[in-house]
Amino acid sequence: MPPTAPPVNPANQNQDLLTKDTILLTTVEDFVNWCRRSSVWPLTFGLACCAIEMMAVGATKFDIDRFGSGPFRGTPRQADLMIVAGTVTHKMAPRVKRLYDQMAEPKYVIAMGACTIGGGPYWKYGYHVVKGVDLVIPVDVHVVGCPPRPEALLEGVFKIQDLMKREKLLDRLRTYHKRETYKGAGNAAMPAPGTPGR
Amino acid sequence: MTRAEAHAAILAKFPDAIVRDGREGKEAGDPYLVVKAERLHDVVKWMKEDPGMRFEVLQCLSGVDYGKDLASVYHLDSWTNKVTVCLRVELPREKPEVASITDLYGAADWHEREAYDLLGITYTGHPKLVRILCAEDWVGYPLRKDYVFPKEYHGIKNDL
Repeated sequence: MPPTAPPVNPANQNQDLLTKDTILLTTVEDFVNWCRRSSVWPLTFGLACCAIEMMAVGATKFDIDRFGSGPFRGTPRQADLMIVAGTVTHKMAPRVKRLYDQMAEPKYVIAMGACTIGGGPYWKYGYHVVKGVDLVIPVDVHVVGCPPRPEALLEGVFKIQDLMKREKLLDRLRTYHKRETYKGAGNAAMPAPGTPGR
Repeated sequence: MTRAEAHAAILAKFPDAIVRDGREGKEAGDPYLVVKAERLHDVVKWMKEDPGMRFEVLQCLSGVDYGKDLASVYHLDSWTNKVTVCLRVELPREKPEVASITDLYGAADWHEREAYDLLGITYTGHPKLVRILCAEDWVGYPLRKDYVFPKEYHGIKNDL
């Protein structure tokens, strides 16, 4: 005897159609955000010792690939995420700005480590160090440490993914406008002197 | 050859070029000879080319700000005679100028550019004396004791 289909309750007929592995309901926004946060491609870009920790994140032990962020791109055109890993000098700042400008929207920035967040040990006597990359480009997530452990950077990437998850499509226009008119946030994101992690 | 013998040989050859022998003072650190700026090139050339001296290697060339004067310090090595000699040229802060030794030691090129970049010492005869570390339009010489930090650079604030 050929197998017969289980009897269908006429009352649930429409609902079954929806749940039979063929149709999923979501919003465009959720779907786009899901796609976006599942493949955050960072820019291959290291400025100082924090870059060593960034490389560790890319290697097998910490393996950023597990979260879809594996492909470090060699060109800003293909990258979604800029991890500013290391001391930003005044000589380097225009280059950082240019790389940021060359990245396609939507783009995100992680400031990794004490130097990048606020000058770090070069805060007072580093005549050549930019006192926080906030002064040059807008930063989405700050990862503290000197240098941060690879787990901390992973957490930073998760925070970026959280940002992407919460994003509204129409907000994108507003964010874009904000970035276009970015004048620098000063050291607003900088912890006060004496706080741990500075 | 010991360092004292090397010093004695240089003093014997250039009695008029050596301002003083640093070993006579009470300073800590390497013994050194203070050489007149205008005779430095002659002294180094002789040290390199004389068959008895044979200082083949320029170990290090540094610029120093001693507060009152600037100085250019040369550490020269003779691998043949297994001896190091330190020469120092004291330069007035207003016009620090000394002959380049890039024609004798290729290694001096970037070292002299660095001393020029950070202390403003001019090496006459250098093939391309431009800043090596700071940006090309940087103002002032950062490692001088009287250096004043820029308040901002290209619109980026520096004194938060």
